[in-house]
Amino acid sequence: MGLTNNSTGSSANAFDLDIKKTSPNDVVVALAGNPNVGKSTVFNSLTGLKQHTGNWPGKTVGNAQGHYTYSGKTYTLVDIPGAYSLSAHSAEEEIARDFICFGGSDVTVVVCDATCLLRNLNLVLQTLEITNKVVVCVNLMDEAKRKKIEINCKKLSKELGVPVVATSAREGKGLKILTEAISRVAAANALPKGCWVVYQPEIEEAIDMVMSSLKNLKAHINLRWLSLQLLDLDESLRHALISHLGQDLMAIPKIADAIKKAKEHLAANGFDEVRLRDAVVADIYKKAEAICKEAVLYLDTEYNRRQLKIDRLVTGKATGIPIMILLLLFVLWLTITGANYPSALLSSALFKLQDYLLAGFAAVDVPAWLYEPLVLGVYRVLAWVVSVMLPPMAIFFPLFTLLEDLGYLPRVAFNLDACFKKCHACGKQALTMCMGFGCNAAGVVGCRIIDSPRERTIAILTNCFVPCNGRFPGLIAIITMFFVAKTTGIVATVWATLCLAFVILLGIGMTFFASFVLSKTLFKGIPSAFTLELPPYRRPQIGKVIVRSVFDRTLFVLGRAVAMAAPAGLVIYVMANLQIGGLSLLAHCADFLDPFARLLGLDGVILMAFILGFPANEIVIPIAVMAYMSTGVITEMESLNSLQMVLRAQGWTWLTAACTIIFSMFHWPCSTTLISIKKETGSFFLTAVGFLLPTLVGMLLCFLLRSFVHIFMGL
Amino acid sequence: MKNHTLYNTPVGETVRICKLHAKGTIRRRLLDIGLTKGAKATCLYQSPAGDPKAYLIRGAVIALRSEQSRQIEVK
Repeated sequence: MGLTNNSTGSSANAFDLDIKKTSPNDVVVALAGNPNVGKSTVFNSLTGLKQHTGNWPGKTVGNAQGHYTYSGKTYTLVDIPGAYSLSAHSAEEEIARDFICFGGSDVTVVVCDATCLLRNLNLVLQTLEITNKVVVCVNLMDEAKRKKIEINCKKLSKELGVPVVATSAREGKGLKILTEAISRVAAANALPKGCWVVYQPEIEEAIDMVMSSLKNLKAHINLRWLSLQLLDLDESLRHALISHLGQDLMAIPKIADAIKKAKEHLAANGFDEVRLRDAVVADIYKKAEAICKEAVLYLDTEYNRRQLKIDRLVTGKATGIPIMILLLLFVLWLTITGANYPSALLSSALFKLQDYLLAGFAAVDVPAWLYEPLVLGVYRVLAWVVSVMLPPMAIFFPLFTLLEDLGYLPRVAFNLDACFKKCHACGKQALTMCMGFGCNAAGVVGCRIIDSPRERTIAILTNCFVPCNGRFPGLIAIITMFFVAKTTGIVATVWATLCLAFVILLGIGMTFFASFVLSKTLFKGIPSAFTLELPPYRRPQIGKVIVRSVFDRTLFVLGRAVAMAAPAGLVIYVMANLQIGGLSLLAHCADFLDPFARLLGLDGVILMAFILGFPANEIVIPIAVMAYMSTGVITEMESLNSLQMVLRAQGWTWLTAACTIIFSMFHWPCSTTLISIKKETGSFFLTAVGFLLPTLVGMLLCFLLRSFVHIFMGL
Repeated sequence: MKNHTLYNTPVGETVRICKLHAKGTIRRRLLDIGLTKGAKATCLYQSPAGDPKAYLIRGAVIALRSEQSRQIEVK
């Protein structure tokens, strides 16, 4: 749920390699590493930025950038997405590879997980083939210590031929030494050659054959590495090379000829493409094993028993799913219960302030035509948005961030993968779905963690089937007003929780259903490979979680809602007070939409509110209420009870409420999400599908429910 | 004799990788996460539906679907 300025704002299209330096003399430092090794934590500690961190692989999907200064020089740090290797299987790994190869960074820092250094060395050794301006940062030393793994960084550095720094970024340890090492490598004119993997003789011979044909190539690319890649060139690298070099190497006869001969040489020795790839990776791992033998000491070979116990419980046959649902219920219950009181407090305070504002403006002789739209239009909608949204968000976000930090989300993906597989989709969609609970736009961007383009598209198009945080408060309000109003106290909150959970499970169910339908129609195909790393549980840093989720997420989302709600409030006010032919413009519009809306169990005002709420879902309910209030008697809006009276007076029944809930769950994505869909898919057609799919589902469900109730219950 | 694959490795048992039958990018991915010949893998636990299962591979816990783990020959 990487919902921050970075993931939803202007830099959401961080596929590009655009480096924002503060001055041309900046040293550019690339931060690479396997997924979930704490790159973002290192990044934050160095730059002081609040790049969102979380305990699951793949949460950094774009290139986050930040700056820091060290002894008078400015460094631009680029946090690139996690990658297991540079052979690019997914969009993110492609970004990582292209940046290390062609990004023009002065230093590459490869962040490693001290607890599984061997696998991380795979990436280190591949990086060293490209550049020797490398600093290896062995992170999570604290965790390694707990697992009784000893790492000798001096020996490691000797073996790798580049500086190796041990860090525990979460505790801020070792970072100063890291910045020192980076500056040293950046300043060095000539560096010793890093450690290169020596492949089997036949492969080395083939590399030499290609390399000799590349002699005259003027490019800042390591020719040995390039030669090896040319022997087994994948399409994405070929394109990257063409755009970087400005020419297609394969089209140069001399080079093409050398490659052909080298391949023949390999084939004669029994190396077809598959065997070549296997041999290359095997040799890298052999080298990594040899290095680890020298530098790493495992004092306790047993896998962490406590972690295993917890994992067997939260993924168990009988316990896995119930624990997941109980956790969901618990989080929702806390949100609803905790939000009740502050919500009422906020709204009464803000509406009192409204009276003072009105009186104040009148007292200083501001003309009514100026202050009334401002106070009754803009201010009132803002007051609504703040009092309804802020409390649930301020509780939900930290709770969710806690679960995220703990490392529970990958287990959710693990548990739900079987369902996603049945829908021919990817289990990682569970992760992007969870992100969707925060913000659908962030969820859509997060879909980059899914390797297969087909499954990625499905995940993107179905993301808004789960309610984002902008929709939660409205759902909670309607449920509280219409479905639990007769009860009080703990019974009411428990009942409200169950209702909300049912609505959310309906959303998840629809996600599965829509994924299934999409994979049977528009995006036919078999499920692709699924490899998901389940990181160890980490103790969440409570203080940081609260600070981050409140300031980074809650206030950001609230700020956006406020920015959207203010003009919407004004529009509503103007529409309500602009008379055409004896009726307000608002009434005209609502009347126009009314016949169709009635078919869906809604009314014209609600449908209009959804349409006006296109920029942000948060403002749908406030707009509807504003519209009702401006057409009817203006009531004091101090509690949900009085709001319920307004709504009932406008003809709302439980059916209207149910249909509004359904339509709130399933309608067009907000504009930010749609823009993200367009950016991520690059296709107008798919964006249109993303718009129509949930809309049609919502309309159909509402229509069916309304018709059913009309026919069988005579309502 | 029945083929021993990573898939039918019982929970709690440790095996060594013999051969990968996967092809293309999947093969490359499996190699990259450390499933090279001779590497050790332990089946740690399975998901509620029995598939995917989680394996300890080179110090990290990695979930694999049956489609992949069936293509990994072990002993």
